[in-house]
Amino acid sequence: MSAAQWRRAMNTQLPRAQVSVVTQAPDRSATSFPGYIPTQDLSNQNKSWLSRAWSNIRIRHCLVLLGLFIYPLIASPFFTYQIAAQSMALGLIALSLTFLGGYGGMVSLSQMTVAGVSGYLIAIFGTSSMTAISLGWPWWLAVIFSILISIVFATLVGWLSIRTEGIHTIMITLAIGVAFFYLTQQNYVLFNGFQGFSKIGSPTVGDVDFKDPNAFYFLSVGCALLSYWSVKYLVRAPFGMALQGIRDNPRRMNSLGFNITAHRLAAHAFAGLLASVGGILLIWYNNRISPGSINTGALINILVIAVLGGMKHPIGAFIGAITFVLLQNFAIDLVDRQRFNLVIGSVFLLIVFFSPDGLLGLWQKLRVRWASSGRDERIQGSRRA
Amino acid sequence: MQLSKRTLTRTVISAAILAATTGFAFAEGTLKVGLLSILEGPFAVPGQDGIRGAELALKQKGGTAGGMKIQLISGSSDGNPDKAVAATRKLVEQDKVQVMIGPLSGDEGIAVKNYAKTQAGITFINGSSGAQAATLNDPSTNFFRFNTEGAQWMVGLGDHALSKGYKKMFLIAEDYGFPYSQVQGFMASYCAKGGKVLDKAWVPLGTKDYASVIAKIPKDVDALLVVLGGSDAVNFLTQYEQAGGTKPMVGGSITVDQTVLNYKGKRRESLVGTASAGPMADSLDTAEWKKFVADYKANFKDGFPSPSLFAYLYYINTKAALDGLDAVKGDLSGGQKKYREALQKTKFVGPAGEVVIDANRNGVGPTYITEVTKAADGSLFNKVVKTVPNITQTLGLPEAEFKKMGLGTRDIPDCRK
Repeated sequence: MSAAQWRRAMNTQLPRAQVSVVTQAPDRSATSFPGYIPTQDLSNQNKSWLSRAWSNIRIRHCLVLLGLFIYPLIASPFFTYQIAAQSMALGLIALSLTFLGGYGGMVSLSQMTVAGVSGYLIAIFGTSSMTAISLGWPWWLAVIFSILISIVFATLVGWLSIRTEGIHTIMITLAIGVAFFYLTQQNYVLFNGFQGFSKIGSPTVGDVDFKDPNAFYFLSVGCALLSYWSVKYLVRAPFGMALQGIRDNPRRMNSLGFNITAHRLAAHAFAGLLASVGGILLIWYNNRISPGSINTGALINILVIAVLGGMKHPIGAFIGAITFVLLQNFAIDLVDRQRFNLVIGSVFLLIVFFSPDGLLGLWQKLRVRWASSGRDERIQGSRRA
Repeated sequence: MQLSKRTLTRTVISAAILAATTGFAFAEGTLKVGLLSILEGPFAVPGQDGIRGAELALKQKGGTAGGMKIQLISGSSDGNPDKAVAATRKLVEQDKVQVMIGPLSGDEGIAVKNYAKTQAGITFINGSSGAQAATLNDPSTNFFRFNTEGAQWMVGLGDHALSKGYKKMFLIAEDYGFPYSQVQGFMASYCAKGGKVLDKAWVPLGTKDYASVIAKIPKDVDALLVVLGGSDAVNFLTQYEQAGGTKPMVGGSITVDQTVLNYKGKRRESLVGTASAGPMADSLDTAEWKKFVADYKANFKDGFPSPSLFAYLYYINTKAALDGLDAVKGDLSGGQKKYREALQKTKFVGPAGEVVIDANRNGVGPTYITEVTKAADGSLFNKVVKTVPNITQTLGLPEAEFKKMGLGTRDIPDCRK
């Protein structure tokens, strides 16, 4: 079944059996003849996707959006920039991993590598401290080319890894990531080795200077929101449903006529787009990039973030990123400076131990417990009455 | 409802715990000073010693300076400039420190100096970073370095190597800013007086396997110039001995410092006789040095037998910061202008010679040429064989010639032929 057929099947109204008490004269108009199949009922499709989305908005969505808008007004520049904006950028990269792992069934450790590729390309195409290597193109041109080449890179990584599954995918993507790390560390012609590129500034668009913490915060929140909505839309679209089917049972999907390879590659390409946008935000946040930004620790951090938040829902990536950034910044205040890494590790261990689905899983369990105990109370109350 | 009361109490208790752990009392008359060191990765052990040096300087002042109680807030990095800038940003913007001491490593120093340019109201004082570019290249008026840098530390070692008959050498060094400076300091006089460095093997920081490097060592070198630090130095020395290498070595300033001489491996004997140079030496004879060592040993039972280079560097930088505060009686108003003027004029006799800075806010001081010797109790230490005083950043060369040579990089200077 092709995607178009699926869409048509989902959107047509099947004729309902008419059961009527005969109290009036039979209706002789065309629509009441049995066997009459009406042409596509367009009343549902007259509602555009906009109005359909509008009807799905809940209070919590409004609250979150409001909170995001007023956050810079109540938080200090440090919290806006180092905590919030960094969380959005890291969350975006983790979102690409959640999309691939949670919905595509392919846990790929090379998402940070894709982000690193786009970051390095920004440095090479744009302006930086290494005037011998940087080409000095305008920022928008650098961004376009960087994203395009990163998507190609992500597709190539996907091409290498789609035949594998489970731990083998993790290993092959990790190997690609580490290989790229060593390439950037040892190549001086293009990547400037250990020192990397510095003095890479966020651009100034018209009147808005993105070096300002608030402006950069809104940029990263905007990108995060767009990606979140696009992932949410995509997983319910025919492509996303097919991808989840491939995750659950590739052989059956193959026999139904879906092209497994094409779907998986497309998933990798889309994840590459998300990760490259995250990488560009990161390099503008740090104003520098070096091999240290994409070493094994950084690759695994993204996995930690995705697992911490929960891979079942796109919001998990951002929740995990916020938790991780807070831990990284404030663990040293909580314990002795020689042991703060223990705090980060043990928090991760505890969360995964109690809830393999991460923080989102914990939240679900709590909600179920509250809902069920509420029901019990009502039953007990009615019994007493 | 029973459930909501339970939830309510739990929430209140956890909120209280959070507030208690993250908030600290704001005592009147407390000055917050940030202390950035490396507490993760290959330089974690030297980084801890650096913190000991800073704490010793504060203890000697009784915990106060300029009439205020000083609170040291730690930050950690792992040698990567990104992490150093993130930790510095947290200390400056979140913890609101007024004075920032650190970082440890050369490339971190350059990144922190770039960050310092965006924070004109905070004074940044170096910890132990020794890359030339932090003060020579695009300097920042609020970044002070009271110690001499990596290139200055190797001045005179080239002559010493030639006097020992090492006319051809092979270089093994880590591939980042500090070793570039060290190699330039060595080769500036070594090459000028006829020495040859046949080839350079630059290894990434944190390399564990030196087999390929050891295989590349030419048979006709007289000695190896080894500019590695921390665990890299230990790994290379161990593997070189295991490979049966017998060439004498000339070490960089952190290659045979206390953190390496204390490694408990079987091959420490082979280190005896290695020449090195640095801004301090374990065997200095002066009263100030002996007092410094005694204070260090008394205060830190878990420290090394003798303070390492990093303890010394963090000590003099912290002492200078606190002396400056005393001189202005804690007045950090007006964008810390008076404080910075006081820092520029700061001068004292440190444990290893006079501490003073030049117009570029970089230290000017002596360098000690040393050789590793075995003490009576079996421990290894660096014995001073020569002192070269008053070295500036131009490395003893006339300024025009130094500018022509440029800053040290992987390929500069070069004297293969």
